[in-house]
Amino acid sequence: MTDTHRYDAIIVGGGHNGLVNGAYLAKAGMKTLILEQRHLVGGAAITEELYPGFSFTTFSYALGLIRPEVVRELELVKHGFNPIYMPTSFAPMENGDYLMLGPDRDENIREIMRHSPRDADAMDRYEHDVGRILQLMYPLSDRIPPDIFGKTAEDAADVAWLLGHLGSAEKKVIHDAVRLITGSISDFLDDYFESEILKGYLAASSTTGTKVGPMSAGSGLVSLMMMLGEHDGHLGSWSFHKGGNGGLTQVMARAAEAFGAEIRLDSHVDHVITKDGQASGVALQDGTEFHADVVVSALDPRQTFTKLVNPRELPGDLVESIDRYQFNGTSAKVNFALDGVPRYPTLGDRTDQYRGFVSIAPSIEYLERAYDASKYGWYSERPYLDNCFQSFLDPDMAPPGKHVMSCFVSYAPYHLKGSDWDTERNNLGDTVQATIESFFPGFGDLVLHREVVTPLDIERVVGLSEGNIYAGDYLLPQMYFFRPAPGWSQYRTPIDGYYQCGSGTHPGGCVTGAPGRLASQQILKDRLNKS
Amino acid sequence: MVKTTPFHPRLTELNTTQLWAHWAGHLSAAQYDIAGKHEYFGVRNAVGFFDASPLYKFEIIGRDAEAFLAGVLARDIRTCRPGHAQYTIWCDDAGYVLEDGVVFRHSANEFLLTAAEPNLSFLQNQIGSMQVSIDDVSAQYAMLAVQGPRSRAVIADLAPEVNELGYFGHAQTKIAGSEVTVSRTGFTGDLGFELRIPADNALPVLDAVMEAGEPHRMRPFGDQALNLLRIEAGLPLIGVEFTSSRYSYNEHERFTPDELGLGWMLKGIDDDTRPFIGRRAIINERATGSSRWTTVGLAVDGNAFESLFYDAGLIPPKDEPPASWETMLYDDQGERAGYATSYAYSPMMQTQIGIARVRPELTAIGTTIHVEQTVNHVYTTVPAAVTRMPFFNPERKTSMT
Repeated sequence: MTDTHRYDAIIVGGGHNGLVNGAYLAKAGMKTLILEQRHLVGGAAITEELYPGFSFTTFSYALGLIRPEVVRELELVKHGFNPIYMPTSFAPMENGDYLMLGPDRDENIREIMRHSPRDADAMDRYEHDVGRILQLMYPLSDRIPPDIFGKTAEDAADVAWLLGHLGSAEKKVIHDAVRLITGSISDFLDDYFESEILKGYLAASSTTGTKVGPMSAGSGLVSLMMMLGEHDGHLGSWSFHKGGNGGLTQVMARAAEAFGAEIRLDSHVDHVITKDGQASGVALQDGTEFHADVVVSALDPRQTFTKLVNPRELPGDLVESIDRYQFNGTSAKVNFALDGVPRYPTLGDRTDQYRGFVSIAPSIEYLERAYDASKYGWYSERPYLDNCFQSFLDPDMAPPGKHVMSCFVSYAPYHLKGSDWDTERNNLGDTVQATIESFFPGFGDLVLHREVVTPLDIERVVGLSEGNIYAGDYLLPQMYFFRPAPGWSQYRTPIDGYYQCGSGTHPGGCVTGAPGRLASQQILKDRLNKS
Repeated sequence: MVKTTPFHPRLTELNTTQLWAHWAGHLSAAQYDIAGKHEYFGVRNAVGFFDASPLYKFEIIGRDAEAFLAGVLARDIRTCRPGHAQYTIWCDDAGYVLEDGVVFRHSANEFLLTAAEPNLSFLQNQIGSMQVSIDDVSAQYAMLAVQGPRSRAVIADLAPEVNELGYFGHAQTKIAGSEVTVSRTGFTGDLGFELRIPADNALPVLDAVMEAGEPHRMRPFGDQALNLLRIEAGLPLIGVEFTSSRYSYNEHERFTPDELGLGWMLKGIDDDTRPFIGRRAIINERATGSSRWTTVGLAVDGNAFESLFYDAGLIPPKDEPPASWETMLYDDQGERAGYATSYAYSPMMQTQIGIARVRPELTAIGTTIHVEQTVNHVYTTVPAAVTRMPFFNPERKTSMT
């Protein structure tokens, strides 16, 4: 062992949370090493030129939930942080009509009134009520969850803070929050709206990444998690990062390196080295060892607790919790290189509808039927599609006049009944393309290249178990002080010096940086207490 | 009757909002798109075009033209070679700034000066016995600013010589059969170009530029986007950062170049061979240290700003148009530190930024300044740090590739 292999902290996994965690630790003065198995950092947030001249956001494709404090504290602006806000959201309908919303409230009201005059003021009420819920939730997502099973004075103080915070909210806000978190998004929206297209559009995010349908209890929670973002004071708004989400993780890598972290690519960690319940480093698959008193897993809970360490060294109840922790990947991607701009017949030659998400979610019933297939081990015949054309706002993503289209697909369950994803990959691509074609006739003629990403591909390439994009379903027993397991939600593990910072920890998935940030706070606090 | 610019027939087709501002007696689009802020994003990430035709343009020609401008403008025109341009100011005899503008040197004896306000009689009154003629040629030319990272690709498609054009360089070219002066200038702090086009040819040139811009996602942008862009670029705007000294009612309204942060233009002020208007007063200001203010950039502490609002039960307001009034500033002791003349949330900087005038002892980078902020109808303050300007200063603005 040479001194060059000795660090204060080693992070396993150079996804966005690994980079954020490493950057914070390096900023605090720790000699930090970030190990990434692939030839590039970013994990699921990468941009790749999979077809000459076209930049694909292979997996994660939009930015909405990144915590502003991560941007500021890691000085990401200095390293090229560059969100580009989406001016529109477009939802085509099966009868050729559409719903198009933008940044102007009054214009949106007029657009909603086309579909239902009643829903016009309902939208204001809905947005205000949801805003109040988000206001209640932000402080929870920006803090380490309390350990409700803990016995220390600090644990008691954390629980008291939580009760105080909830107790200070108005009763309507608490009630709305509970209705949204525990109920279905369909019921929640029915309280406000009657328009099918508006409800479909608003319910669509509930189908993302978790195996629930919009009529299932728990779909409200998924929706809420997808709204917990903020851009420039606009709650729940979304953007593209310049150069795609891979552009963002490159910014994070530059920030981490500027604080002194070292990033080592093509370094597949085989296991965490432990002795007497204490972590002391990691061993790569090629046998190389790196040593540190702090080892942080940015991988998902299954990898963290059953692959990187020996589960026999862990408490039985934790192993059982991880064993029954639901992954259930249900998401796929189809990425297209396009020769031009698709046409939406009703809008003629207009193209402004492609400046943001193009959501194929014409009604809640459409979404629920898309979900039905997944219950029985198959992918949707008419899937929910969340399309975006990053090249409309960022021309560097495609050659002049051409476009990239990222198409998120739900539902595509990891476990297929009677077939497998290597067999079905192309069929899924055809299903998705046929669905797009039915809304945008002539779409197929524009396709220069198609890249189908199945849940199995997500698992194989990124390492996310069962292709679950959140590193674990958004289900109430897997959130907050239960994420990833009761008693282990504070980023520590039963192995001294071994921590977790991935999306399988609170507050969860999407490109937020929050787990990486909160884990760093815990690590630095423990380090201070030890010294 | 308010005038329209030579581009107007096309711009009114493009302006889906039909929101127009008035600028120098002309209709000027406030925003073309209901998503006005996205015009700003278009410029920062692709390319946008802006109708700058209402600018006043003065042609200054003659044997003594250089000597004339050397005596009127505070920045030394003698250092500006033909084919180059300078951002410049002119002052009164007391050393206060009258106005700013850009001067283009076409040859040894031919110049063109652009300005936001009429200046013909002022300029002509300074001629004395010099051999120089000055004409207001404002209406003869349309001006089109093409700005953003893709601007070079767009213009190079029509006039390849712009690939060789350095920052503040200009050249004669032909676009759509028309003579065009293309310069690497602009008011956005980004890579960008401006085209000066004979008014009669404005539309064919615009059409050619729009066609070249289409594959690069080019879009028009209006006054609102320009205002945010120029604040990020740290560029002062007459009527906002300063009032022309000639029209000031008292000493609080007039400022010296050093007070406006434009002292960098005064390189060579000690050279006795160039006695420009205001020079002696400025030398005296520097000798006696009588500057009252220093212009600095401010960047608000975003965590503190958000806490202020979240703790008060409010959503932090960020996405507001730049404040159209001055924002008061305080030092650590709560004493008046100065005021911000422009103050806005910057998407590129991800926090509120301000162009501010502070007491000269508060100018060190990183100095904490407390910015006035109303929360729940009560005045409070939020901390900000003195920072360098331009806030946003990409390498592409000046680089040759």
